[in-house]
Amino acid sequence: MTKHLTTTALGLVFAAGAVSAQELTILIDNAPASIGAFEALTEAYSAQNPGVTFDIEIRPGGGEGDNVIKTRLATGDMADIFSYNSGSLFQALRPSRTLVPINDIPNITNINDSFLQTVTDGDGNYYGVPYEAAMGGGILYHIPTYEELGLEVPQTWDEFMANNATIAEQSDKAPVIQTYGDTWTSQLLVLADYFNVQSQEPDFAADYTANEAKFATTPAAQSGFGRLQEVYEAGHLNEDFGAASFNDGMRMVANGEGVHYPMLTFSLATIQQNYPDRIDDVGFFAQPGDSASANGLTIWLPAATYIPQSSENIEAAKDFLNFMASVEGCEAIVAANGATGPMLVDGCELPDSVPTAVSQMLPYFTEEGRTAPALEFLSPVKGPALEQLTVEVGSGIRDAQSAAELYDQDVAKQARQLGLEGW
Amino acid sequence: MSAQARKSPYPYWFVLPAGLIFVIFFLVPTVTSFYFSLTYWDPFEARFAGWDNYVQFFSEPYLIQGTVNTLIFAFLTSGLKTALGLLLAVLLTSGMLGQSLLRSIIFFPVLVSTIGVGILFKEMMHPTDGFLNIVLDSIGLSKVGFLTNPSLALFSVALVDVWRGVGLATLIYIAGLATIGQEYYEAARIDGATRWQQFWRVTVPLVRPATTTVIILSLIGGLRLFDLIWAMTGGGPGFSSDVLASVIYKQYQAGFWGLSTAGNVILFLMIAFIVAPLAYWLNRRAIDA
Repeated sequence: MTKHLTTTALGLVFAAGAVSAQELTILIDNAPASIGAFEALTEAYSAQNPGVTFDIEIRPGGGEGDNVIKTRLATGDMADIFSYNSGSLFQALRPSRTLVPINDIPNITNINDSFLQTVTDGDGNYYGVPYEAAMGGGILYHIPTYEELGLEVPQTWDEFMANNATIAEQSDKAPVIQTYGDTWTSQLLVLADYFNVQSQEPDFAADYTANEAKFATTPAAQSGFGRLQEVYEAGHLNEDFGAASFNDGMRMVANGEGVHYPMLTFSLATIQQNYPDRIDDVGFFAQPGDSASANGLTIWLPAATYIPQSSENIEAAKDFLNFMASVEGCEAIVAANGATGPMLVDGCELPDSVPTAVSQMLPYFTEEGRTAPALEFLSPVKGPALEQLTVEVGSGIRDAQSAAELYDQDVAKQARQLGLEGW
Repeated sequence: MSAQARKSPYPYWFVLPAGLIFVIFFLVPTVTSFYFSLTYWDPFEARFAGWDNYVQFFSEPYLIQGTVNTLIFAFLTSGLKTALGLLLAVLLTSGMLGQSLLRSIIFFPVLVSTIGVGILFKEMMHPTDGFLNIVLDSIGLSKVGFLTNPSLALFSVALVDVWRGVGLATLIYIAGLATIGQEYYEAARIDGATRWQQFWRVTVPLVRPATTTVIILSLIGGLRLFDLIWAMTGGGPGFSSDVLASVIYKQYQAGFWGLSTAGNVILFLMIAFIVAPLAYWLNRRAIDA
């Protein structure tokens, strides 16, 4: 009897809690920029809506984070709001079955169209609001070294390699920084080469999805692996490339221990955090290809914030996402994290003074035909072993041709898992 | 004495609670995993795939290397743990000075979390700034890429695994040595046996039950080892220290859940096929002896 009474009492407490429930739970990844963005957003939102409080929960990134997200979605145990990649990874969440469409939030018209295409189910439903800037994938470089040695920003791969040779000859700095302790960083020279692939083979993404084009048999696509092999064979890498981490790489390029670091521009936030007084020593250029006339930037669209169907606070969550898509919400993020690239909410202006690398990246976005989305935003086919294969090529364990062939086999698994036609 | 010959004093319903737990948490998942290995599945649905996952698993280019690495790793660590464990146990039962302190020191790594050990050694084995390389450098030797040299990485992890696991083997051997009566050694000494002969003719045969336990435990542990490799190399550089368990984990991580379930079924069968005959053989030898 006593026990029965206790459970009833507990039930009442919970019921009472649910009525006045203005607490929203948020699950985000552990990148400092994500944490900064959501701390700023929730603070700004609570200032306007004093009744709403937030409980922010942190998850790991990468493959481990994928598992957390998928498991919690499948078991109905997801937070009211969560952050996750857009593009091919987003599709694997089966959005139409697990997520709430946000077509009816008023500020959806503020969100950049090409971004919305990466968070749709193809039936006209949109699911996500971005909270980060668009990114470029290219080469971060150390400006003081360039000035000291009188180097020019290269327009072709040959000029890039010539610069590397000069650096190797005239200084004791590593011409190219590689950091295979964090294996994902090894993929950049392949993935960021996609603008160059597309400028030579405009239909590559579609043919590749249909199992008609291959990395190993398309010279333009294979050359990304070739470039990785070239920098290794030329001996241009930092001594500890096999074990260095992403953070080591950022330290090296910020302090000029190395001169070129192929990387995504989101990393500028790391420099801003760790080496704020060096931020203007780091510049950025697109990964050069074979011809100077077709020089452009491969871009990445950022992660987004979604609402699961299992949420009990869908309306409140939608209101928060609506705030994220407002100029005010977006500017709160910029104020907290600084500007690492163009924001994807209309009217959300960057401050006048942005880091040098960002100001060097913005022209690619404003000039016609100088950007191409990375392949993973154009095709759902991406193989999980790419980062191991690029480590092998970049460490001289395997040559470019063989890596491209193995990668073609690797992506078949993804295509079959997704049940694509023609595989 | 065989198990069937002995009549249990307990009624069958005594085993019901334990039996239920076994069925729900072990038997049902094991059987369903055979089914799911025949599908493409994710948390939201399962599509029947026939034998596709098995075909795919066996055509994985990294599978051969992963299998070879698994076998090298398992037999190497098992052999070293057995040999070193016996030698250490003999040393630590010889009544030497500081014996119980040394026993504790050797057993200590067993108590530390595997991931912790992995991270610690990963730092110590860093190719330029690691403690081991600083030591090598200071005595005039060239630095070694313990974990970044593809032909060394697997062996570096194996040595760390031996360091971590030899304490348990030693403990089992110490217990085994304690069961050998002193009279055997006395008899051997009277017959004029040297120390060496005593070790080979008395200690080694009589400690066989402990040897069986150590070999089987360390072999199974080596065949399915994952955490230490994942913490130290992630299977890298490239695929050079991948073992079956890390290949399977990467498939799971990539969302190929059917494929990784098929891999686990294969790993299960492989361990069973290696360990069952070995256990039978070792136990028969033990009885014969």
